[in-house]
Amino acid sequence: MIILENVNKSFKNVKVLNNLNISFEDKKITVVIGRSGEGKSVMLKHIVGLLRPDSGRVLFNDIDLNAINKKELNELRKKFGMVFQDGALFDSINIFENVAFPLRQHLKLSEGDIIKKVMSGLNDVGLSGIESKMPAELSGGMRKRVAVARAMILEPETVLFDEPTTGLDPIMSDVINNLIISTQKHFKYTGIIISHDIEGAYKTADTIAMLYEGAIIEKGDAEKFKTSDNPVVRQFVTGSMNGPIVI
Amino acid sequence: MDFILHYFERIGLFVLYIINELGSLIIYLWNCILSIFRYSVNFSNLFDQMSFIGIGSFYIVGLTGLFTGMVLSLQSYYAARIVGVTYMIGPTVALAMTRELGPVLTALMITARCGSSMASEIGTMKISEQVDALEVMAVDPFYFLSVPRIIASMIMLPLMSIVTSLIGIFGGYVVYKFFLGLNGTVFVDMIYKYIKLSDIYNGLIKAVFFGIILATISTFKGFEASGGSKGVGRVTTQAVVLSSIYILFADYILTSILF
Ligand SMILES: Nc1ncnc2c1ncn2[C@@H]1O[C@H](COP(=O)(O)OP(=O)(O)OP(=O)(O)O)[C@@H](O)[C@H]1O
Ligand SMILES: [Mg+2]
Repeated sequence: MIILENVNKSFKNVKVLNNLNISFEDKKITVVIGRSGEGKSVMLKHIVGLLRPDSGRVLFNDIDLNAINKKELNELRKKFGMVFQDGALFDSINIFENVAFPLRQHLKLSEGDIIKKVMSGLNDVGLSGIESKMPAELSGGMRKRVAVARAMILEPETVLFDEPTTGLDPIMSDVINNLIISTQKHFKYTGIIISHDIEGAYKTADTIAMLYEGAIIEKGDAEKFKTSDNPVVRQFVTGSMNGPIVI
Repeated sequence: MDFILHYFERIGLFVLYIINELGSLIIYLWNCILSIFRYSVNFSNLFDQMSFIGIGSFYIVGLTGLFTGMVLSLQSYYAARIVGVTYMIGPTVALAMTRELGPVLTALMITARCGSSMASEIGTMKISEQVDALEVMAVDPFYFLSVPRIIASMIMLPLMSIVTSLIGIFGGYVVYKFFLGLNGTVFVDMIYKYIKLSDIYNGLIKAVFFGIILATISTFKGFEASGGSKGVGRVTTQAVVLSSIYILFADYILTSILF
């Protein structure tokens, strides 16, 4: 169970997370939605300890991420996979080496096993045959998919996706959503997905949560969101410019 | 009056800045050393960096040595001729190269060539979240990015410094024999007579320190990058300037200790 408890975070004078409380259930997929610039990526970075809260706690199975040392944090991080919003592929090595990177760092596999795993990982995201290309030679959506393959290659206990389908065409979005669902069934990870894609969220999520003004204003299953009477949620899911959210 | 005070204030701030940086650098270097013991050294990364710093810098370092040696020979000729000691030109060139110019010039050239690229490479990785990605994958960025560069630089700087010195002495010899028309055998014999082994290895000890300094500062600055391509440019400049200052400063300190 991952719990954020009264988390506050400001950059300079801008308050981004405002007494945020949210928990993520084990072996379930939680989709976090919210407007651009609301602090979704900032929230995700707190979960892996890349950012530290100004106040409040981030708990991973009752371990406070900010109370442990670097070595213990690294041990914990081996249980995480993360897809960064912009991919964050290593631009000096090719696609194959990017996806193989976590394998080479943490497992002692034979070269043959590495090739097999990487190829099947790339195949899952619809990218066979581009192993020897460099990240700069791919489109934004292709890079995103490589990032998805890289994050899942170690079959981690928890996978964090920062907008895995943004920038993909509708068909590819569906492929990625289905991949998330099927791999989740297969190795039962805890999934936390940031998304703007409401339909995709209804499809993949066990739980949806909405971040608004630095805090969670609604949390529940797809049905709860479809029938929510919170005007902010209604405005967001229907994608209307008229409503309580001031632009 | 105000103008002068303002001027001193600026100097004071600069000194504080340098001292402050020195503190952060020492902590950073200490963290890098700790990470060597925590994980073992990644040899394939290390060899890549060694070849980049060494083989890649061969021409620039060689040319630097060559022209420096030639100029030294020529310049000392004007002075030596007056007092009639032209036979001392060989030792003059050799001592200057091995004790001082070999290590220092090599370090400055490699700072310009490799230090700048260390800072900009790591800086780019920092701003494009690649450093964050390493951390999330439980790979210590200091261990993965800094340690191979620092060790490679520490190993290669003395080697390249030998190259610079040898080519410098060769350049001095060429000028001595062919342009000045003096007896080449004297040049070589006098070097053997006047140069001690300690001159050579003290120069190499300097080079080791310069290697550590330039790679530590350059990688450290890379991690400080923020805010886009301008930020990367800024830390790259800082890396080169700060490395050069520290190299020259360390040169003085080491010279007064070693010789
Ligand atoms: N490193 C940082 N320094 C300063 N401000 C930051 C930093 N990271 C994020 N912010 C600010 O925090 C706020 C939230 O950013 P965040 O990236 O979390 O938004 P987001 O919800 O992920 O948006 P999007 O959907 O567009 O990705 C923004 O106003 C941003 O300017
Ligand atoms: Mg974001």
